[in-house]
Amino acid sequence: MTATSNDTGVPAAAGAQPVEMVTGTIDGHEVTVPKGTVIIRAAELIGVDVPRFCDHPLLDPVAACRACLVEIDGMPKPQPSCAVEFGDGMAVHTQVSSEVAAKAQAGVMEFLLINHPLDCPVCDKGGECPLQNQAMTTGNPDTRFTLEKLTFPKPINISTEILLDRERCVMCQRCTRFADEIAGDPFIELVQRGAHQQIGIGEEPFNSYYSGNTIQICPVGALTSADYRFRARPFDLVSVPTSCEHCASGCALRTDYRHDTVMRRYAWDDPEVNEEWNCDKGRFAFTYLTMDRIERPMVREDGVLRTASWPEALRVAAAGLAAAQGRAAVLTGGRLTLEDSYAYSRFARTALATDDIDMRARPMGPGEVGFLSARIAGTSGPTYRQLEAAPAVLLVALEPEEESPIIFLRLRNAVRKNGQQVVTLAPFASHASRKLSATLVPVVPGAEAQSLANLPSDVRDLLSRPGAVILVGERAATAPGALEAAADLADATGASLGWVPRRAGERGAVDTGCLPGLLPGGRPLTDPAARREVASAWGIAADDLPAEPGRDLPAIVAAIRADHAARTAAVDMDEVPEPVIQALVVAGVEPTDVLDSDDLLAALNEVPFLVSLETRQSEVTAHADVVLPVAVVTEKEGAFVDWEGRRRPFAKALPEATTFPDAEVLSLLADYMDLDPTPRRVSDLRSEIEGLGAWAGERPWDPPAESDAPAHPGPGEAVLASWRLLLDMGVMQRGEPYLAGTRKPSVARISAATAAGIGVPDGQNVTVSTDHGAITLPVEVTEMPDGIVWLPTNSPESRVTATLRAIPGDTVRLGRGRE
Amino acid sequence: MPLTPVITAHWDDPDCYTLEGYRRTGGYTALAQALKTDPDEVIGTVKDSGLRGRGGAGFPTGLKWSFVPQNDGKPHYLVVNGDESEPGACKDIPIMLANPHALIEGIIITCWAIRASHAFIYIRGEVPMPIRRMERAVAEAKAAGFLGKNILGSGLDLEVVVHGGAGAYICGEETALLDSLEGRRGQPRLKPPFPAVAGLYASPTVVNNVETISSVPYIIKNGVSWYREMGTEKSPGFKVWALSGHVKRPGIYESPLGITMRELLDYAGGMRDGRDVKFWLPGGSSVPMLLADHLDTPLTYEDMVAAGSMLGTGTPMLFDETTSVVKAITRWLEFYKHESCGKCTPCREGTFWITGTLKKFEEGHGQQGEIDELVEICNQIMGRSFCALGDAAATPYAPSLKFFRSEWEAALTQSADEAFDPAATMIIPSMSGVGA
Repeated sequence: MTATSNDTGVPAAAGAQPVEMVTGTIDGHEVTVPKGTVIIRAAELIGVDVPRFCDHPLLDPVAACRACLVEIDGMPKPQPSCAVEFGDGMAVHTQVSSEVAAKAQAGVMEFLLINHPLDCPVCDKGGECPLQNQAMTTGNPDTRFTLEKLTFPKPINISTEILLDRERCVMCQRCTRFADEIAGDPFIELVQRGAHQQIGIGEEPFNSYYSGNTIQICPVGALTSADYRFRARPFDLVSVPTSCEHCASGCALRTDYRHDTVMRRYAWDDPEVNEEWNCDKGRFAFTYLTMDRIERPMVREDGVLRTASWPEALRVAAAGLAAAQGRAAVLTGGRLTLEDSYAYSRFARTALATDDIDMRARPMGPGEVGFLSARIAGTSGPTYRQLEAAPAVLLVALEPEEESPIIFLRLRNAVRKNGQQVVTLAPFASHASRKLSATLVPVVPGAEAQSLANLPSDVRDLLSRPGAVILVGERAATAPGALEAAADLADATGASLGWVPRRAGERGAVDTGCLPGLLPGGRPLTDPAARREVASAWGIAADDLPAEPGRDLPAIVAAIRADHAARTAAVDMDEVPEPVIQALVVAGVEPTDVLDSDDLLAALNEVPFLVSLETRQSEVTAHADVVLPVAVVTEKEGAFVDWEGRRRPFAKALPEATTFPDAEVLSLLADYMDLDPTPRRVSDLRSEIEGLGAWAGERPWDPPAESDAPAHPGPGEAVLASWRLLLDMGVMQRGEPYLAGTRKPSVARISAATAAGIGVPDGQNVTVSTDHGAITLPVEVTEMPDGIVWLPTNSPESRVTATLRAIPGDTVRLGRGRE
Repeated sequence: MPLTPVITAHWDDPDCYTLEGYRRTGGYTALAQALKTDPDEVIGTVKDSGLRGRGGAGFPTGLKWSFVPQNDGKPHYLVVNGDESEPGACKDIPIMLANPHALIEGIIITCWAIRASHAFIYIRGEVPMPIRRMERAVAEAKAAGFLGKNILGSGLDLEVVVHGGAGAYICGEETALLDSLEGRRGQPRLKPPFPAVAGLYASPTVVNNVETISSVPYIIKNGVSWYREMGTEKSPGFKVWALSGHVKRPGIYESPLGITMRELLDYAGGMRDGRDVKFWLPGGSSVPMLLADHLDTPLTYEDMVAAGSMLGTGTPMLFDETTSVVKAITRWLEFYKHESCGKCTPCREGTFWITGTLKKFEEGHGQQGEIDELVEICNQIMGRSFCALGDAAATPYAPSLKFFRSEWEAALTQSADEAFDPAATMIIPSMSGVGA
């Protein structure tokens, strides 16, 4: 038998250089693998499973556990197959053909078990445990060890989320190596020595955003999570491959459920995207899925919402929307699946005959729709693989560890292994930037465009190297001209440009046209050929599509409020003008995420007819005339589109769920409006999306000419800098106290001079205020330009959008805070 | 064979450890000579001398130096291993106390040869005196212009850092030492890469024992043929021996390699009270024990291996017939169990298991089956552990069983203290009764 592989997890050489292959034998079989492949993985190719604990394909070898010893001709002692590279002419004998190897492996297994407790029946890992499995294949049925086992108090918290059972630990160091090598958070380390050696923490708990991965790669039950411990046995769980709904990183997940309840989520293996990792938010934050759910449709009667049947609710909604055709608007949030977004895009343009649609429930800027339409919608940008191979990466208004954690892991790997140079355009070098050894180009929020236009020449040179990548975060939209400047820089240097939104659904919504003036696949609404393509796919005449680009969210809100003002100002009914927006359909919007949330809430109240498609009770449902409950992510199939533009399809995790996805409800609504029902099955929606494909024609782009002058703070003032931390007060992290316990503390960051200027020493409180409100936080003096204050956007004691009504680049007041 | 004091020649001088005392007896003359010689030639001289590492493994020193890649654009480092912690080994600490400048001169010559401008002396943390003495000697050498910039006009810049360890036997393992020196937890590193390619701070590094480097100035000064007149073809030169145990005059002796244990023992006045040698170990607790039959075997690397042991650090321990083999082996295993770093499974768990079982034997509660089971457990460690610490821990039991099986069988019913009076085996009589 001859086995050959060129895909054994060895990093692919940059470009298409031929891979050098080596040939030897394992247990007498000829094996050919790329040079650099370790024996343990070469053996897998002929179906030989050498026992292993410390070995992990994504971690550097340590050869610590010694479970994988094999015999190699010419070497006097058995060698660790996880660390020795397979070589030309090498003759390896595993346990299959070597008594020495089999005995060495059995000996190590016996040693591993002498101090291991026999608590498998109550261990979370029992049933899916590599130690259990390998004890069966490699160990002795009986023990010769009759002395007293070492015991430790168990478990101990190494963070609020992660529990450590030291008795079960086999010291493979996968967790400490992951924390050090992959996450760059070496908060756990080996302590003590000999048989008393154990995993431990220093003064800080193991508050890494990636801590949950250590549970998954632990080959025993030493690391468990507070939220899952003792809740299920692996053999009672049903596993479904899913995709993460939190951010735009696009992690493949495995959702494990028992009966109708999701018990846990694991990172799933996708070498192109998340490899085998995910972040703690994606792993642990799923309790929200079952909180405050709306189970039945509701309609408003005499000012009060009451439960209604589906036919009644659909009838009421359809009547209200039918009456508002051409005068309706749609807000879709950023958390819908690709298929649901497409259904809204189509429903708005056909059933509602409107182009007033906006998926952005967040601060936005005037140039954003143009940028997304011209450069992002329906395109494919840089991929994770290209990102990892890039010689240099420029980050603009993007903190990957906080806003797209898998991008951070890829960058860190590239920095560590390939010497990639990361440059970040930010007000200060965050901890994560330092972990990337990133070069900081300090920038005052709002002045990103000027910085991009005047980058140091060495940075421009870096970006001119073949394969360089520019990643621009969603936050860049609020910096005047920044998106345009990033695009110009990409064009000038030849770097590829990627746009990284924060929410899982935003890219899909862009691709399907949930923005005014933008039809699916990046088609401009104003282009006749584009209109024809879309109209033909939708079975309507091109003239039936809205003629002019519609309103974005602020314009929709303004129009509703103007209508209302006109209504209240009217003296008698005959004078009431026809409303510009008669009906509003809202899906998955959290009003406080919007800068002018008071305005939005008022508009929700003032719009004549409000239909809410929602999973849970919210401030939107509270104002709705009709509430139509829809499925959460576990109750439907679909796909998210990650920042790369890559489809991340997922199956329905809970097969018993009977809720309707948004697209299905919209189809029913169209039916009740006596229109041709839009597709309701995900497969049909997908084939329609695929059929339309991406727009190949011109993409006109007229960036707004004038950009605001950067803010110049006066005495006692500062320019606000802010971004969301990964773990914060986000609605989708509710109900997870153990996860919340690992959040970073809220601090305000200012420079030493700025702190001195207001007389606030490091650690004392500063109050940041606007006319709307004030936030008081302890100061962490940070090396950054003077006259800037950074606050976490949505953390405890720091709800910037809601409290200050300010966004990065705005001027705020600084003062000493009360202690 | 006569004693040939070289490193120890002037230890009776009250100022032997000072710069002045060292220079009065010819110190730092080899340095001037070496700095006028091409570095590769210095490496060649050391190679030709046949000097072998005195840390235990006996690796040829010149060969080790020649592994350092030259013109690689990276800094090179010399790290001197002074983490002498092996039970029975006590030669490097006396050398550093009594002849610190020989070590410094050796360091400078070595750094010239391997093109290093930074050297570190890593000294066992539990012994503050040699740390202080080396620090003082480095300061003296620096003040005298032997360290610092452009040493003796040669263009060599050299800084020497004296670093105290934190108390772990494993840090005598060269790669664990490097991790410890870098401020990390001292555990052995995966090899390759070897230190000569990627050692301290991932740069080419030579790690040599204190005695090895201290020998270098004398080789340079007196030449290869002078050196090779001593010892054998495979074990040339002189050796500092540290005798301990039930001998009349334990301590430091220096002679050519190839002297026999009996000759050394004669210099030490024989065994105490005219007793007989029961068993002895040529070089620390990590080498297999030998019997009185082997007292006439030359103490060389090759002859010790042929006799079934190893020269090791060359610090013989001798035990008379008052000694309980069971107790001695148990003490050593307790040491290895305590010092096992925990990185690899066989050493971590194996030393725990063996020691637990040995304790039963010491107390007279051994089980018949366990006598041979212990051999099997040792074999599960030997050659399977990450570094030599596991091998060392697995070494003592099997020879003791071969030579003294009856004592192990007696330990099924009789405790070691019942079989051997603890007071009789005490070296310092006043300590008898203090505790076994």
